[in-house]
Amino acid sequence: MAKITDKNSYTIIFAVIMVIVVGSLLAGVAQGLKSKITLNERFEKMQNILYAMGVNGNEGDGDITFISTDKVEEAFAANIKKQLVIQGDKVTEDPEAYLIDIKKEETEAKDPNYQRRLPLFVGEKDGETLYVIPMRGKGLWDAIWGFVALDKSFVVKGVFFDHAGETPGLGAEIKQRYFMDDFTGENIMDGDAFKGITVAKGNNDPINENKTDNKVDAIAGATITGDGVTAMIKKDIRMYLPYLKSLNQ
Amino acid sequence: MGLLSKKDSRLILDPLADNNPITIQVLGICSALAITAQLKASIVMAISVVFVLGIGNVVISLMRNIIPSKIRIIVQLVVVAALVIIVDQVLKAFAYELSKQLSVFIGLIITNCIIMGRFEAFALANKPWRSFLDGIGNAAGYGVILIIVGFFRELLGSGTLLGFKVLGDPITKTGLYAIGYENNGFMLLSPMALIVIGLIIWVQRSRNKELIEEN
Repeated sequence: MAKITDKNSYTIIFAVIMVIVVGSLLAGVAQGLKSKITLNERFEKMQNILYAMGVNGNEGDGDITFISTDKVEEAFAANIKKQLVIQGDKVTEDPEAYLIDIKKEETEAKDPNYQRRLPLFVGEKDGETLYVIPMRGKGLWDAIWGFVALDKSFVVKGVFFDHAGETPGLGAEIKQRYFMDDFTGENIMDGDAFKGITVAKGNNDPINENKTDNKVDAIAGATITGDGVTAMIKKDIRMYLPYLKSLNQ
Repeated sequence: MGLLSKKDSRLILDPLADNNPITIQVLGICSALAITAQLKASIVMAISVVFVLGIGNVVISLMRNIIPSKIRIIVQLVVVAALVIIVDQVLKAFAYELSKQLSVFIGLIITNCIIMGRFEAFALANKPWRSFLDGIGNAAGYGVILIIVGFFRELLGSGTLLGFKVLGDPITKTGLYAIGYENNGFMLLSPMALIVIGLIIWVQRSRNKELIEEN
């Protein structure tokens, strides 16, 4: 006699019940943890912005260290003087500018009638005003994003990069200090022309002593991720140039 | 082992050596090639798989008498996927830093053929406790190979172990690099992982001749 588990009707009922049970279980878990996850994501954004500004727990040559999550809100309020939203010629202050979803803005900006909102964080470190620009681009497998802190004369004071799924050991190394630290001191301008910073292969300046060549040394085996970083810096900083230039006049 | 009967302890010990899922059954090669460029990533992946396979095997074993045979593979997939999503969400809520580091691996666990292989070959026909031991054993056997491969790839490819520069600094030329040693960048690429696994298989089979298949 055939077992009941071989019957078509049993199979269908089992499948339906399984989907309902698993579906509601996952929905329940996601709903229950949602508020905690959103909070974690907010803290992370603050930590990233502060990291780019140089407000972090880095010691010597060690790994990247953020301001700890329980202190980050305080540190963010103390170091970020203004959060601006640039929309065309209009510049407004918005205390929640850091929550603007760059990906969403990028998609909506495809509509020619939409005026893209560009968040800019104005911070102060050691008496110097820093402008932290968020950016987003494409790596090899998935999105990459980051923050670049510039001073008034367009010199990079610090960067932070992160990625969704680059290859560990290769593209994922853009998050390592040895790569990010190289950007500090580079100028994004060459005279009056906007050059960005190129992640260059075969660069014979691996210690990055030349700070005027708009180049940093690439990671071996991570060409596409490196090119993604170059493109992202060019594309996103360019949008802020009119505002940043107007500050110097 | 006083805690486990002889038969039960074989479930854990066999996959570690003579019935290793990677070197003998040649399962789970995809992730073994993809993520072993760094030792840390290998260790993290090993721990994650022990966790998922241990629990997954128990769940499947508990349901073994009610799973319709026609859709058993789909049921197995749903169990792994649900487990992995729950782990991912819980980590995001309570250990955010860790979940950031694990990001890609969590997803990769679902595609690991060892997991489906053990569900299909063992958990569907055995009681929960034995299935649990089998899951832990096989995942550990997988993890051991991952860690060995990760060790050699990181050491020879980047000159580091767990991120520490054990061979000196390649840029300022200290340590081994002072006498002309160079990192082998080829070690960082996936094909070298396959060659390292090949070498492990060779060593293992020449030590234990019984493992050599006749043909």
